[in-house]
Amino acid sequence: MAKQILLIEDEPNIIEAISFILSRDGWDVATHANGETAMDAIARHAPDVLVLDVMLPGRSGYEILQDVRGRAETAHIPVLMLTARGQKKDRETADRLGVTRFMTKPFSNAEVLSALREITGAA
Amino acid sequence: MAETRLTGSRIRERRMSQRVRQADLARSVGISPAYLNLIEHNRRRIGGKLLVDLARELKVEPAQLSEGAGQALVSGVNAAAARRPEKDEIETDRAEEFAGRFPGWAGLVATQAQRIEELERVVETLSDRLTHDPHLAASLHEVISTVTAIRSTSAILAETTDIDPDWQARFLRNMREEAQRLSNSAAGLVTYLDAGAEAREMQVSAADDLAAFVEAAGYHFEVLERPAAGEGELAILLDGAEELRDRGARDLARRMLVRYLSDARAMPEGPFRASLAATGGDPARLAEGFGVALDAVLRRMASLVPAEGEARRGLVICDGSGTVTLRKGVEGFPLPRFGAACPLWPLYQALARPAQPVEAFVEMPGQEPRVFRCRAVSLPRPSSSFDAPPVHEATMLIEPVEDRGGPVLPVGASCRICPRETCGARREPSILGGRG
Repeated sequence: MAKQILLIEDEPNIIEAISFILSRDGWDVATHANGETAMDAIARHAPDVLVLDVMLPGRSGYEILQDVRGRAETAHIPVLMLTARGQKKDRETADRLGVTRFMTKPFSNAEVLSALREITGAA
Repeated sequence: MAETRLTGSRIRERRMSQRVRQADLARSVGISPAYLNLIEHNRRRIGGKLLVDLARELKVEPAQLSEGAGQALVSGVNAAAARRPEKDEIETDRAEEFAGRFPGWAGLVATQAQRIEELERVVETLSDRLTHDPHLAASLHEVISTVTAIRSTSAILAETTDIDPDWQARFLRNMREEAQRLSNSAAGLVTYLDAGAEAREMQVSAADDLAAFVEAAGYHFEVLERPAAGEGELAILLDGAEELRDRGARDLARRMLVRYLSDARAMPEGPFRASLAATGGDPARLAEGFGVALDAVLRRMASLVPAEGEARRGLVICDGSGTVTLRKGVEGFPLPRFGAACPLWPLYQALARPAQPVEAFVEMPGQEPRVFRCRAVSLPRPSSSFDAPPVHEATMLIEPVEDRGGPVLPVGASCRICPRETCGARREPSILGGRG
């Protein structure tokens, strides 16, 4: 059975491209574009791995990550964080909140696939 | 003629540059080589006829040997040294000697240090802008997101050989959309940065331009002294000012000139000089006599061109944060260009006691400490709103004093170049040894 991945990202064309490459790589892909309702989507999909953008409408990726790590039912989910802000302090914030992998945009498709395989032990 | 303790060094420097033997020079002025040696090592004071004779033999004016380097130059060299982290390696106790012996090089050091400081402020401003400008951050985020979408989509199109035609068409459409979006974002960003260029320049240099404008005029604008002076004269001054390089600087200068004009109209030069003499220069009586505020009198006194035998007056104005907004320098009283000045200045004392005039005789450190009479007052700026917080502005008049019999308040320019090590107001270490 394919592992489920939830992509929380608000750029439609990035969603489409990443969904395409993940699907072809064998992932069961679900997407969500709103930060405010992201925790509901996570609870609904119970994904094996989460791909999380930082700048989202409604709520930031950092706040969502904090909630994910703060809830027993989601604390174990590996989180790959994507951001256009790659400053040291952004990375430190993500690390402090318990991110599994932090990746700055623009990234290549191969980098995303490689990172996901690594953090889910699927390599 | 003032004589500094480095006269001997200058005699030695001059003699050696002319390749004159010490014994020969000593003989030509009728003293022993040993005595000249003591003079040259600043271990004997020299003046009068011997100084004149030595100057004649060395083909220089006596003043060139006896007068030290300008205080401004020495301050500039000290300020340059203060900026170096490895300042322990710099002979800061020989700054005056350096400035005196090599005034050209010293000027270059001081000017370059000043330029570096200006450029650092530019970098700081731009860095702040990148970090805190929400529009710029959003624009850059948009560009990076678009590039990400294009990169990912183009890789799919290039690397996926068996892609479904519908998906291919869809991704091609996405690419076109993103390319258009990238083009718009980039163009918008360039427009925004271009439009902001003048504003950035203003933040960096408008205050400096105003300072240069005021300094070039000595805070005296003759055309505004005419009884009928008005908008036309303001325009002439502003249009002809090379120091004012952008709109921001011209706006600042215009505001300053409008107030100058108002002061000149309220206190015309002739009657003001007469009252100044009659009151012994008492600002309070002058303010009462002309029906103006005390700070206006201080500004007006500073605006006068010194009469024969009169010393130049300095002026400093700061806002409620202590930031200096107008400065007119006076020899021996260095005014820091950037950063905070000495908190003991009556200017800042006045800021803490609004509407109460503060007067103090202060002593500036140096090879030859100078005494100044400083009179300051802080008053609220006019406001058109009932609920706005009061905005105070402090004004200080600086007048050199030749002989002060009574006590003086030791002050400095700013902590980093102030030798008063034990000063209770010190906020950071000095690069100078404790000499004050």
